[in-house]
Amino acid sequence: MSYQYNDFDRAFLAERNAQFRAQVERRIDGSLTEDEFKPLRLMNGLYLQLHAYMLRVAIPYGTLRSAQMRQLAMIAERWDRGYGHFTTRQNIQYNWPELRDVPDILDALGEVGLHAIQTSGNTIRNVTADHFAGAAADEIADPRPVAELLRQWSTDHPEFQFLPRKFKIAITGSPNDRAVTKAHDIGLRMVERNGAPGFEVIVGGGLGRTPMIGKVIREFLPKADLLPYVEAIVSVYNLLGRRDNKYKARIKITVHEHGIEEISRLVEERFAAIRPQFSGVDQEILEGIEAQFAAPEFRIAPAGGFDAERERSPAFRSWSDTNLTPHRAEGYAIVSVSIKKHGATPGDASADQMRVLADLARRYGHDELRISHEQNVILPHVHKSDLPALYAALRSADLATANIGLASDIIACPGMDYCALATARSIPVAQGLASRIEELKIEHEVGHLKIKISGCINACGHHHVGHIGILGLDRAGVETYQITLGGDGTERAAIGTRTGPGFSYEEIVPAIERLILAYLALREGEEETFLEAYNRVGMEPFKAALYPAKETADAA
Amino acid sequence: MPRAFTPKVVTANALLKGDAVWLTEEDRWSRDIAEAELIEDEAHAQIRLLFAESQPDVVVGAYLADAQAGPGGPEPVHFREGFRTRGPSNYAHGKQAETVK
Repeated sequence: MSYQYNDFDRAFLAERNAQFRAQVERRIDGSLTEDEFKPLRLMNGLYLQLHAYMLRVAIPYGTLRSAQMRQLAMIAERWDRGYGHFTTRQNIQYNWPELRDVPDILDALGEVGLHAIQTSGNTIRNVTADHFAGAAADEIADPRPVAELLRQWSTDHPEFQFLPRKFKIAITGSPNDRAVTKAHDIGLRMVERNGAPGFEVIVGGGLGRTPMIGKVIREFLPKADLLPYVEAIVSVYNLLGRRDNKYKARIKITVHEHGIEEISRLVEERFAAIRPQFSGVDQEILEGIEAQFAAPEFRIAPAGGFDAERERSPAFRSWSDTNLTPHRAEGYAIVSVSIKKHGATPGDASADQMRVLADLARRYGHDELRISHEQNVILPHVHKSDLPALYAALRSADLATANIGLASDIIACPGMDYCALATARSIPVAQGLASRIEELKIEHEVGHLKIKISGCINACGHHHVGHIGILGLDRAGVETYQITLGGDGTERAAIGTRTGPGFSYEEIVPAIERLILAYLALREGEEETFLEAYNRVGMEPFKAALYPAKETADAA
Repeated sequence: MPRAFTPKVVTANALLKGDAVWLTEEDRWSRDIAEAELIEDEAHAQIRLLFAESQPDVVVGAYLADAQAGPGGPEPVHFREGFRTRGPSNYAHGKQAETVK
């Protein structure tokens, strides 16, 4: 289950949308200049990109019901070009809305309890969560009620509408971090102490032009202290964060410049001051939210034909090996649906695909869907006896690609095909790479490999934490791609290291192919992943594979 | 020595649709860069940019972009400006899919 809007939420959203509708009208009739309008549209998720406006809609903690997914499909068809783009922060972006239509789109979103508030601007952005939340076998507890509490608290929070810079929070309930918490302004990892749930609080992580792994500011924060503690952090940052230089304004720089000890002292001081103001109302609200996130009534049933189908069909076996994750309930599995068929645009889903996924969630998945930061769609609760039928349905919709976690399951930002900030394209690099990997038929042999591509230094494609990271830059008017190796987005978070000179658009796919083949040649066995092999042998063998001409020249 | 002025076009995004437009000699906004006024003189470029900026109810974010003379009219120099004349490379959407005169 997930959060259902109450009368207050609906009234708030309707009023906010009416305000924005009036602002759009005033912009069109000339009473507002662009300088006046821009901050207003950004507060409502509306960007102006290379070819059109772009509307970024939050999918809070990545959770959707089938009715919401169906509405996203309707919007894509009615006001866009029949598709949407799922992002690395669990948002969906529409690439082609016209200004006049945006208020209607926002009203349509409001009908199903979705909005685009604070998906841009120097505010607290969409709170992201583990995409397996509420289903994962390794989870302490579902982190989404806390994420929803944070959403309600941060939405239109009067103190935090003009922060020094944007502010991103991620949360996980599992020790295995699938939410990249160490690369967020605040990362929250659920931990237990003496049987009571609480959070490890991480602060000052981030990617972008100055990548930083977050630092632990509190090893154990009792659950009841979460809201005042997070408020204390953002409040300290709001006063201390630099407003003189956009590139030094994120909290990672504040933490770096002042040191974690000083930040911790200030936060604890602020926390002590505001904690008494939290009378417990937040905990009452949280209890109400938690009730709405009660787990569905899981069926107790035999796994049916699951094992027999695995025996019978190699394709089903391959898919279930890569696209399923252990579920906490007996007899269930978490299904990751890859929307990255080889050659497709990472993160894009057509309206038809969205509707198929909504139908399948309704039929086989307790009506729940998740969007992962890895740009795939998750059906979190599927009984194993339903998997053969689900697989057949996915196959007929061309959604049965068995590549989750493999080399062609590439994260890519929109890059210069859409984004006004981009310095190079990323989508066609991902397409070319996935197609080449498919041609070589090597990805199942290669195994677990995370390739992440960003089209500029802002790193929406998370390239710093890719096992192989690719960064597209503009070097003297030519698209140039830098490679990093050894990044890791999990609880062992690490920033990748640059290999050396960059590659042209034509050279980048063959360069990555050489890296993958070099890994196959040097690994100690099938069990050793790319990342493990890199951590064992270091950069040199990979450099030799990347820059063979230079090796020869040096030897000569 | 100051850098020599390179030819420019005035470009922006249309307010309502958000797509790329270019300023013509006849003070129109065209969706085809080939119809744009190719500006060879720096002072004239500044005047044309001011003219563009005086139309906030028509266009957003006007700026001067490098361009060069081609057989059919001005052409983009930088690849970013090239994408603005065509659209994205993953789908036939945007200007490449529309009938540009």
